[in-house]
Amino acid sequence: MKKEDVPQDNSRSYGGHKKIIYATTSSGKYEKTNSSGWEAEEFVTLMAVNELETQARAAYKHLQNGETSPLEYHMYNSRMDLLGLSQATGLFQWQIKRHFNLINFTNISPKTISLYTQALGITKMELQTTPTRGSSDE
Amino acid sequence: MNKFQHQHTAHCETGVMSSMLDYHGVQISEPMALGLSSSIAFAYLPFIKLNGLPLIAYRMPPRSVIKGLKKRLKLNLDYERFTDPKKGMIALDKQLDAGNIVGLQTSVYWLPYFPDDMRFHFNAHNLLVYAKKNNTYLISDPVFEKPVSCSTDELQKARFSRGALAPKGMMYFIDKPPKPVNYTKLIPLSIKSSARSLTAPIPIIGIRGIRFLANKLARLDRTMPDKKQQILFLGHIIRMQEEIGTGGAGFRYMYASFLQESATLMNNKLLEDASNMMTDVGDHWRNFALHTVKMCKNRSHYDLRELSKLLHKCASEELKVWKLLKKI
Repeated sequence: MKKEDVPQDNSRSYGGHKKIIYATTSSGKYEKTNSSGWEAEEFVTLMAVNELETQARAAYKHLQNGETSPLEYHMYNSRMDLLGLSQATGLFQWQIKRHFNLINFTNISPKTISLYTQALGITKMELQTTPTRGSSDE
Repeated sequence: MNKFQHQHTAHCETGVMSSMLDYHGVQISEPMALGLSSSIAFAYLPFIKLNGLPLIAYRMPPRSVIKGLKKRLKLNLDYERFTDPKKGMIALDKQLDAGNIVGLQTSVYWLPYFPDDMRFHFNAHNLLVYAKKNNTYLISDPVFEKPVSCSTDELQKARFSRGALAPKGMMYFIDKPPKPVNYTKLIPLSIKSSARSLTAPIPIIGIRGIRFLANKLARLDRTMPDKKQQILFLGHIIRMQEEIGTGGAGFRYMYASFLQESATLMNNKLLEDASNMMTDVGDHWRNFALHTVKMCKNRSHYDLRELSKLLHKCASEELKVWKLLKKI
């Protein structure tokens, strides 16, 4: 790719940062070139972010309807899934799924609670309460 | 104060090693770090899942740049891992106090300076710590333009995050000044090694891996009937190719740059031709990405067979380069 063909699409996913692309000058010599984004790349990144966001939103609905414990929501809100949380806590996936149940959730031992709070990077209070979701709820 | 110079690079691991060697008096560019460690690759690994999608890698597994350079350049490079986070932080401080710079493996998600849209649970990010000032670590993260900083708590969290590829506080540093690099010996050696692994007779690795994925795309309608799932899968391929700091086209441009630098160092025409061919290969990969995204956006032109063909084209063009490089 030529230097002048390096996309400069100011992608939202770059958050104002620049990435390095290796591209050639007119004489064919490779140089590091800054890129402010590529539309194609931005599309797939935002698609992945939106997918995670959709999961978090669905989990929030479950929570509001009293169908699940806050754990499911916090898991998705931290951009994790069952497999990820299972690996990060060392618990089995079925154990975590059990804790999505409101009644089971109230009976989790303090030790397991701390596994969750560490993996998700939130406090015990945050884990046990229903958070308020901001503008991204639309 | 030390004379450390931050360097903005495309990829984290190659960038860290390039900067670290530079600090210790051996100037090695990022593409050279990729090439000499033979870290370019292709692998389609359906049994390793990231957010439910198979791992598609355009380079060798994490740490292969570090290990490869250690082996080839005979570096006095030490790794340490820790079970106790406190000890891990103390060991880091000790190296910094001694005036050394330290490479760390961390999670991306817990680093506070990452833009929100780039924060994913990926545990094999690399960065360099070059100093500590009042409980704040001064960090040279090679994928950022300027140096950044991080508090002790945040850095500890990032170093000791758990899960797939957990870093376990992995830190690495160079003890003794490295010897000058013998390019005429190492360049052919490392290129041959890459050419071998890219043309290996294993169905999911190298050129055969690319063909495997291309064939999978052609019959995706049968194996993954859900359209939405298909689109997520296609997007995932492109993300692995472009977003994860590859310098464009899944490291192919960076490798072409390495071949060009090698051609000059060794005054070798074959390498120059191979570099030009690899640039074309990179253009094919970018073309594949562009078409894939177009189809994801505009479903009316959605044609998986077409994508499969484009990917087969990448494979056949790349095979030509590796066959040529075997002759070096």
